[in-house]
Order: sequence, then structure tokens, then C-alpha cells
Amino acid sequence: MRNVGPILTVVAALFLLWYGAAIQLNKPWALDKAQRAGVELSFNELVADTWSQKKPKLPVPHQVGAELWKTTGEMVAKGRAFSKRSLLYHSWVTFSSTMLGFVLGTLLGIALAVGIVYNRTIDMSVMPWVIASQTIPILAIAPMIIVVLNAVGISGLLPKAMISMYLSFFPVVVGMVKGLRSPSGMQLDQMRTWNASPSQTFWRLRLPSSMPYLFTSLKIAMAASLVGAIVGELPTGAVAGLGARLLAGSYYGQTIQIWSALIMAATLAAILVGLIGLLQRMTLRRMGML
Amino acid sequence: MLDPVILAEDLSLTFQTNDGPVHALKDVNLEIDKGDFVSFIGPSGCGKTTFLRVMADLEQQTAGTITVNGVTPEEARRNRAYGYVFQAAGLYPWRTIGGNIRLPLEIMGYDKADQEERVKSVLELVELAGFEKKFPWQLSGGMQQRASIARALAFDADLLLMDEPFGALDEIVRDHLNEQLLHLWDSTHKTICFVTHSIPEAVYLSTKIVVMSPRPGRITDVIESTLPRERPLDIRDTPEFIEIAHRVRDGLRAGHGDDV
Amino acid sequence: MGWVSFAFLAWLVGWRINSWLAHLPRTRATALGVPIIFGVTVIAIWECLVRGLEISPVLLPAPTQIAQTFAASTAILWEDFVQTVLKGALSGYILGSGSAFLIAIAVDRFPFLQRGLLPIGNFVAALPIIGMAPILVMWFGFDWQSKAAVVVVMVFFPMLVNTVQGLQDTDAMQRDLMRTYAAGYWKTLLKLRLPAAMPFIFNGLKIATTLALIGAIVAEFFGSPVRGMGFRISTSVGQLAMDLVWAEIVVAAIVGSGFYGGVALLEKTMTFWHPSQRR
Repeated sequence: MRNVGPILTVVAALFLLWYGAAIQLNKPWALDKAQRAGVELSFNELVADTWSQKKPKLPVPHQVGAELWKTTGEMVAKGRAFSKRSLLYHSWVTFSSTMLGFVLGTLLGIALAVGIVYNRTIDMSVMPWVIASQTIPILAIAPMIIVVLNAVGISGLLPKAMISMYLSFFPVVVGMVKGLRSPSGMQLDQMRTWNASPSQTFWRLRLPSSMPYLFTSLKIAMAASLVGAIVGELPTGAVAGLGARLLAGSYYGQTIQIWSALIMAATLAAILVGLIGLLQRMTLRRMGML
Repeated sequence: MLDPVILAEDLSLTFQTNDGPVHALKDVNLEIDKGDFVSFIGPSGCGKTTFLRVMADLEQQTAGTITVNGVTPEEARRNRAYGYVFQAAGLYPWRTIGGNIRLPLEIMGYDKADQEERVKSVLELVELAGFEKKFPWQLSGGMQQRASIARALAFDADLLLMDEPFGALDEIVRDHLNEQLLHLWDSTHKTICFVTHSIPEAVYLSTKIVVMSPRPGRITDVIESTLPRERPLDIRDTPEFIEIAHRVRDGLRAGHGDDV
Repeated sequence: MGWVSFAFLAWLVGWRINSWLAHLPRTRATALGVPIIFGVTVIAIWECLVRGLEISPVLLPAPTQIAQTFAASTAILWEDFVQTVLKGALSGYILGSGSAFLIAIAVDRFPFLQRGLLPIGNFVAALPIIGMAPILVMWFGFDWQSKAAVVVVMVFFPMLVNTVQGLQDTDAMQRDLMRTYAAGYWKTLLKLRLPAAMPFIFNGLKIATTLALIGAIVAEFFGSPVRGMGFRISTSVGQLAMDLVWAEIVVAAIVGSGFYGGVALLEKTMTFWHPSQRR
């Protein structure tokens, strides 16, 4: 709680910076307009203009806030929460492929991690590639996955989810291998003295010990999964989803729309990662590991 | 005469390392009878822990033979013939004290009612009754170590292997636990092998003290204690006790040779 | 059918060799050989399956075809490499991590700022910052400057958070020791806190390498001149020239691991004393 003051101060400073930057960035257009109209702008008029342009270089927070409200709260009030103009609808599209990909990637990742921990051949063959793949910008293959899957008749949610799955897969493998190997030699010896079977050792020692590592990598995987879904929406012809909104906004120079999609994506990320953080705290506290 | 619990003959163990072979144990011969309390004492690197780990089938000898209860260590381990207490308590933070003691019982497939009964009785044995529902991190270090001893006592094994179980505790707690351990040994009639590097601890606890020395790890002396089974803490001030402690110290010095 | 059974055979042979090698004592040779054999096996299976099942090159080109395309279009690949990696990613990487480093040192002097910035930095690091790309493309134009800007934004926060944390990573005893030497702020910073922070700083730098490449490539999806790896990938995908896409991906993989490996090597020489580097 003692961090609240400093955080608020920094946030306030960021907002001030934002408003100031908006004046600077939007000034040329305002002055240009005024010159053509043949009027001289006072400082107050200039500020007012830079903060209320229709297609500003940098929209100010309250413009973005108004747009956000218009495309979420107001749509809900009108009972059109899931119309194509509603940002909630687009968030939902992105959210569903994020979650599908995240769940698939996590399950696959855990399965491979178990294989790596229990099978020496898999460990030595696959693990170096998993680690190396972390250094490769795999996001670059997103457009190809979409097009290829479309060509074989898979479209809609699944191709995007595949990208999310792919991106969330690697952090989970790396984290879970670390986690499943985290029991100390002493704890493993202890199991041996009791003549415990491999499955008993797994369920009673290795899996519970890996929980802190699992949650840490789930947070990374969730963030990566969302990025994958958004980028996956870029080449689909921009129909739905936050990525499509970003792309459409950039085509038509609708900066306010871009920013509101961006804020929405950030909110979604914060909520999803926050939920995992909450789950982590609850689980680890129950397990006495916090 | 009964069969010895542990019988080691010309036991050797050599580790291959990058700096060449290390002789952790060399030609070790030892016989431990049922009901003995045997301490292994020596400087670090003398192979006392390795010896204990060979008994527990956590390491395999490279030469010689060893039997535990008349069979190989591996068979003994499969029969769950011994309980092992490590230097750290190693309790699972996500299980209660009761849950931790139940862990080996679950693994060995004791039925539920039996589990409950055994947990209750061993908790009483180590004076932790009433702490069953507590979590390990809510207990002091000494209490945690007592719980880990209870865990090793919970199943039917008449051999208890203890690897410096009190090494990380302060001396006051240690004295208290030593006293309790003697009581336990007396009331359960178990055979105990106990690794330590404290001379007073070894002399106070044991019926037999095995002095070891390093490079290569070997036994330099086996001292049969003349102290009575009943030992109050102040027995440590008696001339008899000091006499035995002297012998142990001499044995340690002799084993070191020109090293020191 | 012949090719498919050959793929099966390749799998069997590769796996057999590897499980035999894996159960030998672990040495440098096996640690290196096993993954290489695995990789070769995968490529062989890929090649055989593409041929055997007659998979259309539009879906998945065979490795040999990718290699041919790679060899035939080195000029294009080089041009894209210069545009995306050298101009976009590298300049943004240096600018972004450099400024984050300096700001971290400045922030470190003010505990108040630190307490405010760290949670926010951690928060921002989890956000889909890549979404800033269309905005930055609008501000800085289509050429590499906008890509560098995206990279700056992407690497800034992970670098900031890591450096700030690293600067806090000295224990009270070490700091007290510096006090007994009557060392001032700058002396302490230079002699104790910066060296102690090195593992964290390198951690940030390593995370940033991948982010920099991702940022530079994905930003090109939002508009670029007619060169660059992201541009080439998105247009070639549109033309169904998958072999060229794969060739670009190979370049990206080589650059990514090379970039990361370079930073890791630098780390090894500079923080050899740290427990994570000792063997």
C-alpha cells in the first residue's frame, strides 16, 4: 500500500506529459487550419483546438476515454453490446482466441515438460531447440500460419488460436521443466528411501513443487498469447478483433480509434494477467509457499 | 546371537571426478547389531555420510559387500526396512505436520484408519501432539526436525538412519533433542545409525562410536561405550564420559596423520 | 508411398541413435550431437513427407526448395536484413536500452520515483506494446525510423525494470563496507552497484534482443517501403510464395539466435564471477 502515493504521482506525471505532448504534436495542424481560415489563435484557443481535433496526431486521454465509452458503455446501454461497432465485441473476439490458444499451449507445454523431465532422449533432443526458439522472433510466421490454414479450409478462431498457442507454448515448457526439476536432491532421495513409484513422486513432490514456476510462466504465456491473437488478426482482412481495429484505424488515420483499441488491449492484458496473479497468490498461499 | 543388522565387508566406493578418482570409502569393515546406537564421526570428506547412503541404497559400492537385515540395501529399501532422516527437515510446506508424516504412509499404502493412528502415536512420541494441523512454517526449526524424525518413525522399520539431523540447530535445542532421541531409542528398541561431527553428541548418544578419517575414507577406530543405557544430560561431566571423549579425539587426530 | 515410409524410417533411425547417445555419459559431444541429429531428422522427415504426400508448395515447401530459394535470393534477403535488422532493430535497440539504462540510474537516486516506476514498468512490460506500431508508423513515416521507434518503446520497459532491480541488488553489508571506506555516491555506484547490477542488466538486454526483432518485423506489417523482412513476409504470403517466406524466417532465426548469442557471450565475459555463469 505504501506504493500508492508514488504510483499515482508517476501516473499523474505521465498524463501531464501526454497532454503536453498532444499540444506539441497537434499544433502544426491547428496552426495550418487557422492560417487558412485567416485567424490568429490565442494560446487558450490553440490548446483547446489541439485537444479536440477529429484526427489528431496524438489524441488526449479524455478523447480516448470518450471514444471508449461510446463504443463500450453506451453500446451496452443501448442493448447493442455485441454489435460490430462495439469494442466489447472486438475484445471478445480477441479474448476467445487468446484463451483457446493459451489453454492449448499450456496443456501442450506441460505435457512436453513432463516428457523432458522423465525421458533423457527427449530432454537432450528437444530442450536445446526449445531454448533456442525463445531467441527467434517466431511472431514473424503469424501471417503465414493464417494464410496456410485458410488455404486448407481452417478459418475463423482456430488459426489465431494456433499462433497464440505457439507463442504461449515455449514459456510454459521452459518454466515447467525448471519447476519439475526444482525439488532438491534431498527430497528426491527421501522419496527413494520410501521406495516411491515414479508416479507417486510426480504427483506428491514434483508437481506441487513446480507451482510457483508454473504461475510465473503462465503470466508470460498469457501476455504472449494476447499479442499472438492481436498480430494474428492483422492479415485476416481485418474483420473483427482488436488487431483488426488497429489495422483499420491505421488505414483510415483514425487515431482515436487506434488508441481506444490499444487501451482496450492493455486493459484486457491487465485483467488476464492480473487474474493469473490472483490465482497464483491464492494457490501459493494455500500451499504455504508464499 | 542374532544376525547383524548391518554387515559391511571390505566395502569401497570410488567416485570418478574430473580431477581423478576420489576414494570416498576404502575397505570398510563393520558389524552393527540389533538395538545398537552407532555414531559415525569424522571430519568432512571422511565418507561417513556416503557410508550411510550406501546402507540406504542411495549410492552403490564399487567393491566389497554390504547387507542390511541380511539382504542387499536395494532389497532392504524395497522392503522399506529403514527410515532416513536428512540434515534438513525437508517438510513439504503445502502439507500440515500430520500430512507430512502421513506422506510415507500414503506412499506405502497403509489404510486410512491405520494412518491416523500412527500419525497420532508418533506425534506423541516426539512430543508434538496437538500440532498435527499446523503447517511446517508455523513451527520452530527444532520442532520441524522432530516432525521429520516422527515421519521416519511412522512406518514399521526397525532401522533408523540419521544424517546429521541436528547439525543446523543451536546447541540448547540440540541438547534437548538428543535427550529425547535417547528416550525414543530406549522405548522403540530401534537400531540407529547416526552421523555427526560433534564429539559430545556422539559420546552422549552412542553404544558404539565409529571414528572415520578422510582420503581415503576409512574407519580408524570403533569405540564401545561403557556408559549405562540410562543417561541424564549431566553424565557429560563424569570422568567416564570425558575418558571416552578423549579416546574419540585421539582417534580423530590419529586418522588425520600429518594432515593437521 | 516410398517417400512416406522413408520418413518413417528416418524417424526410427534418428530416434534410435539419439536414445543410444542419450544414455551414454553426458559429454560435450553428446550434448551437441543429440539435438543436431534431432534437427536433421526433423528436416529429413519434413522433406520426405512433403514429397511423399505431394503437399503443395503453397502450403509447405520442402526444405530443399527453401534452400534453393535462399541461395537464389541472397540479394533480396541481404537488402531486407539491412533494412529491418541493422537500420530498424539495432538502432532502436541501442537507443531504447541505452536510454532505459540512463533513466534507471537517474530514477535510482529517488526512492519515491523508484517505488512509483517499478510497478508501472512491470505492468507495462506485460502489455501488448506491439499495438503501438500503427501509431508510431503514422508519426515517423514508413521508413526505418518508425521501426526503430517501435523497438525503442518495446525494449524500454523490460530494460528499465531490470536495471532498477539490479541496482538494488546489493546487500546491506556490502553497502556498509563502502561506507566504511567513505566512498561517495558515484564511487559506490561505479565500484559496487553497477557491477552487482550486471547480471540483471544483461538479463534485460537478452530479453530485449528478441523483442527488438519482433518489433521491427511486425511494425512493417503496418506499412513500410518496399523492402524489409516484415514487408517481404506479408507480401510474399499474399503472393503465396511460401518458399521466400520460409527463407526470411530462416534469416530471422539465424539473426535472432546470433543476436542473443552475442549478448550472452558478452555477458559471459563480463559477469564470469556470477553463480549463474560459473560451472
